[in-house]
Amino acid sequence: MTARPLSSRIAAPAVIVLFLAIVLVPFLSLLLAALQPAGTPLTGLALPRGIHLENFAHAWSAAGFGVLLRSSAVIAVSVVPAAVLCATLAGYALATMDVPGRGKVYGYLLLGLSIPTEGTVIALYYDMRAVGLTNTVPGLALAEIGAFMPFGVFWMRAHFAAMPRSLIEAARLDGASSWTTLWRVLMPSSRPAVVTLGVLYFVWSWNQFLLPLILIQDPDRRTAPAGLGFFTGQYGVDVPLLAAATLIVIAPVVLVYLFFQRHFINGVLSGALKG
Amino acid sequence: MTATDRLPGPGQGSGSESAGAATDAGAATDAGAGPGLGLGADSRPGRRTATRAPAPVGSVRAARASRRRRRAMALLYVLPALLPYTLFAVLPALHTAYLSLFDWDGVTLPSFVGLDNYRRIGADPQLRAAAWHAGALIVFFSLLPICVGLVAAAIVSRRSGRRGTVLVRTVLFLPQVIPLVAVAIIWRWVYADDGTLNQGLRAVGLGRLADSWLGSFTWALPAVGLIGSWVVSGLCMVLFLSGTQRIDQEIYEAARMDGAGPVREFRSITVPLLRPEIAVALSITVIAALSSFDLIYMTTGGGPGTSTVVPGILVYRLAFGGGAVGLASALAVVLTAVIAVVVLVINRLAREKS
Repeated sequence: MTARPLSSRIAAPAVIVLFLAIVLVPFLSLLLAALQPAGTPLTGLALPRGIHLENFAHAWSAAGFGVLLRSSAVIAVSVVPAAVLCATLAGYALATMDVPGRGKVYGYLLLGLSIPTEGTVIALYYDMRAVGLTNTVPGLALAEIGAFMPFGVFWMRAHFAAMPRSLIEAARLDGASSWTTLWRVLMPSSRPAVVTLGVLYFVWSWNQFLLPLILIQDPDRRTAPAGLGFFTGQYGVDVPLLAAATLIVIAPVVLVYLFFQRHFINGVLSGALKG
Repeated sequence: MTATDRLPGPGQGSGSESAGAATDAGAATDAGAGPGLGLGADSRPGRRTATRAPAPVGSVRAARASRRRRRAMALLYVLPALLPYTLFAVLPALHTAYLSLFDWDGVTLPSFVGLDNYRRIGADPQLRAAAWHAGALIVFFSLLPICVGLVAAAIVSRRSGRRGTVLVRTVLFLPQVIPLVAVAIIWRWVYADDGTLNQGLRAVGLGRLADSWLGSFTWALPAVGLIGSWVVSGLCMVLFLSGTQRIDQEIYEAARMDGAGPVREFRSITVPLLRPEIAVALSITVIAALSSFDLIYMTTGGGPGTSTVVPGILVYRLAFGGGAVGLASALAVVLTAVIAVVVLVINRLAREKS
C-alpha cells in the first residue's frame, strides 16, 4: 500500500463519524429529554438530574400509549401475514404460471407503485364510511393491504423468477400440482425473500400515518403514530413526557429493524434497484 | 431489472393469446381429460400444438382443456392480490378523480362543475405556493442528499478496509425506519427555542443567530427541508456505497496511473458509473418530497402563515376541514399524476443510459 498523505487517510473515518453524529445527536437529545423529571424547563442536550423513568410509566398508562401500541399491533398482525400471503401467491403465478394477459396484469399492479396515499384517501374515507368500515380494524387493514400489494407482488415475482426453472419443472414431472410445487419445493428456500417482505410490511404498517388519521376517528382505536400526533397537539409543551411517548412508539419498529436489519436494508436497496 | 425480465417475451405473449382464443372455441367438451398431459404442453402450448400437426385431434383437445384449466387456476392465484388492490387502491383513486369534477362540501348534494376545480388550482395563490414549496422540498429531499451521499460514498470507498460497515449501515438507515411522526417530534425538539440547535449555536458563540426556526417565515421551509435531508441522506450514502463496490478497482488504478486526482476520479468514474443508483435515489427521494404530509403536518402544520404549505397538507385541510372535497380531490389527482410522470421519466432515463 502506498503511503498517502494524512489528510486522505483520515478523510474516510472523519466522514463516517460526521454522518453517524448527525444521525445520532437528535436521537440522543430526545433520549436525554425523556429521562428528565417531568415538567421541568429543558435546554437541548443536557445530562438529566438522575434517571427519571416515571415519564415512560406515565406515557404508557395515563397518556394511554399502552392501548395505542396494542391497536397498532392488532393492525400489523392483521395486515402483514395476509399481505405477504397474497403477494406470494400472485408473485408465484406471475413468475411461473400461464396467467391470462400476464404482462397487462403485472403492469396494472405496478401502476400502484406511483399512487400516493393522498390520491386515494379522500374517496377511501367516503367509501368506507358508506359501508361502515371507518373506525374499524378491517377497514384500515384492507386499505393498507391494497396499498402494499404492488410492491409485494413485484418483490415476490422477481424472487420466483430468479429461482431455477429446472426446480419447478422437475416437481411437475413428479406430478406435483402448482400448489404443492409452491409450498413444498419453492417456499422452503424462499425464507429470506418472505422475511424481508414481512419486515418491510411491518415497518410500513406501523409507520402509516395518513390512513389511520383519517379512517380512524375514534380515539380508542387509533394507532400509535396517529395517537402520537394527537398527543402532540394536546401536550406539546411537556417535553419529557412527549419524548418518552415517542420512544415507546418507535421501540417496536426499531427492535424489529435491529433484529432484521440485514433483511430490511437489502430489501430497500435491492427492491429499489430491481425497479 | 431489465425489460425482458419483467415482461413476457413478445413471441410468447402473442402465441399464448391466439392459442387461448382457439381454446375457447372447442375444448369445453373434453374438460375432464386434463391432468395426464402434464409438462409437455406446459410452457408454450400454443407453439407445440401448432408444430405437432399430425397429433390425434383428441389429444390436442385435451391439451387445450388442461391448458384452459391451468390458466383459470393461475388467475385464482393472482386474485387475492388483485382484489384488495383494485378495491382499496385503484377504485378509490378513480373515485377521487370522479369527485374532482364536483363542487362538494362532503355533506350536501354535490354539483357538477366539470374541470373548474383544476382551473382553480392554477389560480389560487395558496395552491400555487404549495406547488412552489414542493419544488423547494425536492431540493432538500433529493438534490442535497444525493450530492452529499455521492461525495461521502466516494470518500469512504477510497479506503480499502471496510471495518464496521454493518454498524455504520445500521445507524445510517435508522431515520428510514422510524415513523415520520416521531422524526418530526425529534426535530421539533432540536429546533425548539431551548432546543439542541440553539444550544449548540450559543455554545460556539453564535447565540445571536438563535431563532425559533419552525416558527420563522424565513427559516421554517429550509428547516423542514433539512429534516427531509436528514431522513434520506443515510439511505443515499448506503445505496451509493454498495454501488461503488460494483465498480472495478482497476478502473480507478488506471485513472491514477494517468494522473487523475480525486476530483477528476469522482467526476469521470464514480458519478457516471453510479447512474443506476442515482436514478433509484432520485425516484425514492422525489416521491418522499412530493408526499411529505406526515412531516409537515407534525412540525409546522403548513405555517407560519402559508410558508410551509404543501399539496398533501392542502388535500387534508380542504377535504377534511375546509369542506372543499372536490377541490381537494382535484389537487390529489394532480399530485398523483405528477408523481406517476416523475417515476416514469426517471425510470426511462435510467434504462436508456444503463
